[in-house]
Amino acid sequence: MKNLLNFIIKRGLITLPILFFLPFLTLCLMHMIPGNYFDSLKMNPQISAETITQYESHYHLGEPLAIQYFHWLKNLLRLDLGFSFAYQQPVLSILKSRVWNTFLLSSVSIIFAWCLAVPMGLLAGLRPNGWLDRTLKSLSYLGLAFPNFFLCLLLLYLAYRIGGLPLSGMRSVHFEDLCYLDRILDVARHMVIPVLVLGGGSACVLFRLMRAQTIEVSNKDFILLLRACRIPERKIIFKHILRNAVNPLVTLFGMELPALFSGAALVEIFTGWPGLGQVMLSAVRAQDLFLVLGNMLVISFLLILGNLLSDILLIAVDPRIRSLHPQGRAGI
Amino acid sequence: MTRFRKTKMRQALLPGIFLGTLLLSAAGAGWIAPYSPHAEAREYAYHPPAKIHFRNEQGGISLFRPYVYETRRVFDSFRRRHYVEKPGRKFYVTFFKGCLFTVPEPAKAYLLGSDPRGRDILSRILFGTRTSLSIAFLGALLATVLGFWVGGLAGYFGGRIDQFLMRLSEFFIMIPAFYLLLALRSALPPDLGSRETFLLVVLILSVIGWGGLSRVVRGMTLSLREREFVSAAKILGRGDFEILTRHILPHLISYLGIAVSLAIPGYILGESVLSLLGLGIQEPDVSLGNLLQDCLSIPNIEFNPWLFAPGFWLAFISFGFYFLGDRLTRSGENG
Repeated sequence: MKNLLNFIIKRGLITLPILFFLPFLTLCLMHMIPGNYFDSLKMNPQISAETITQYESHYHLGEPLAIQYFHWLKNLLRLDLGFSFAYQQPVLSILKSRVWNTFLLSSVSIIFAWCLAVPMGLLAGLRPNGWLDRTLKSLSYLGLAFPNFFLCLLLLYLAYRIGGLPLSGMRSVHFEDLCYLDRILDVARHMVIPVLVLGGGSACVLFRLMRAQTIEVSNKDFILLLRACRIPERKIIFKHILRNAVNPLVTLFGMELPALFSGAALVEIFTGWPGLGQVMLSAVRAQDLFLVLGNMLVISFLLILGNLLSDILLIAVDPRIRSLHPQGRAGI
Repeated sequence: MTRFRKTKMRQALLPGIFLGTLLLSAAGAGWIAPYSPHAEAREYAYHPPAKIHFRNEQGGISLFRPYVYETRRVFDSFRRRHYVEKPGRKFYVTFFKGCLFTVPEPAKAYLLGSDPRGRDILSRILFGTRTSLSIAFLGALLATVLGFWVGGLAGYFGGRIDQFLMRLSEFFIMIPAFYLLLALRSALPPDLGSRETFLLVVLILSVIGWGGLSRVVRGMTLSLREREFVSAAKILGRGDFEILTRHILPHLISYLGIAVSLAIPGYILGESVLSLLGLGIQEPDVSLGNLLQDCLSIPNIEFNPWLFAPGFWLAFISFGFYFLGDRLTRSGENG
């Protein structure tokens, strides 16, 4: 158990710098552009130049990069992420609800993708080159080739044509009047298209891996031995093939997360899902410094959380890891 | 060896032809496209794909003499745009006169319809593919070179350098591409010339892409450097640079080829996402991404579904690359 804890802590320590590196990188990058959010305010005749200089000095915008970063870190200790100029709100309060929305969308998509890909991959891999395998393989190719955002637009168009599904946002207008169960249903209905797009996309990748793994494991000697020992086929498939084949997928879970988040951001933008990606785009466009930084921080935090989760899952699935040195996984 | 080559060639033939056609059509856009991508005809805005007739005067069908009618815009009671054919004069399609096919003015040969400003979508797709693909190829090339050097140096020298470079690449892998894309784009002034934007998009995409490649190259270099021929080269007093380029790189070429062909769809996608959001290639330049901007509003698509054509084209191209990469991988396994 101590070993396990050590492993998790070490993995956490490796990934932790990203939490501070990413906002710092962003700050550096945003520092390179001439001007800041207040430049657009300077055009406004109703705001005097003094007010703007006051603002700038209040947010330390004129000071060197390192000092700015230092101030930002200092405020971070008090859980103060700064103030969003465009929204005229503290960054934390903007991001709080958005984080939950993005988290909801991503987690449902992940579950959808796994529930779709693992059984299908297993079925296809058990009979390679069968009719099911061929159909699923071509489908996964199609899914890979269609860009996520384009699939999203197509689905939106279809939904518009057929009707019955909401086209954008997360809640209906009359959301507040609904009872608890109806509220869940309402959000679920809004989620159908984003989840189909996001989950479908990653299911294609997972499916191909699962299929390849199933084929590889099925050809191993120990499966032959189990068959020779007349172990029931059902038991061989579920206990031996499935468990061994799923193993690398769990590793991939952590690796897939960045792709999932960027996919989620795009889908959010196109379907109007009020998540982090949407805010990020508008913040970058408006040069809303603290909002961008806060967004980056939250995203890296989610990433680290996901990676940690995948490590723990891996330990749960594969007992061999427990005795392994943490470095052993770095190469995968 | 010859058998290996043969199977490899045969395996890659079908996707090769498919992809080659697409690529050639993009390369020869100036010759194939019936119109200039910038030729506006406002009175033909949102023109549906042109109807091509094959029926001749005798009532039979002559496949080699297709013709179109001139169209006229009418508005219905909902003020919606429709185009009706003006019967009478037939405008025969002429082939190989300056471009692959065209019809005499005032008729229009809009095979895939026209966009809000009355520009031919097919021509725009062909020219746009050229931009998108050159960005993708250049980006992939740059990322491969970067990935090869970082991975090669890390694997070859090992130790501290390896540690540092691999941590660095891990960072870049872990950052979600979209956020990195936005962060990088945010650093640059929005009002750039078209050539600068082009180079910028290439640069951004390669910064995002090199990480994954460098890790694999490192792993392969790690095992290659223990091989006898590398030791022999060292004993002969060859420099590290020479060993990396002359002895290790050739062993990685086939892998790099496959990796690039599997990576290119990602670059095309990256470009189109940037341009679609208005952060990459911008009007008046065309790319597959900014062609899709017209699809962003649902009512626009509802009445003019042919605006989806660039998206399908994009899907075809990435499908071709995945197909090719898959076949190459498989033939490598067989050999």
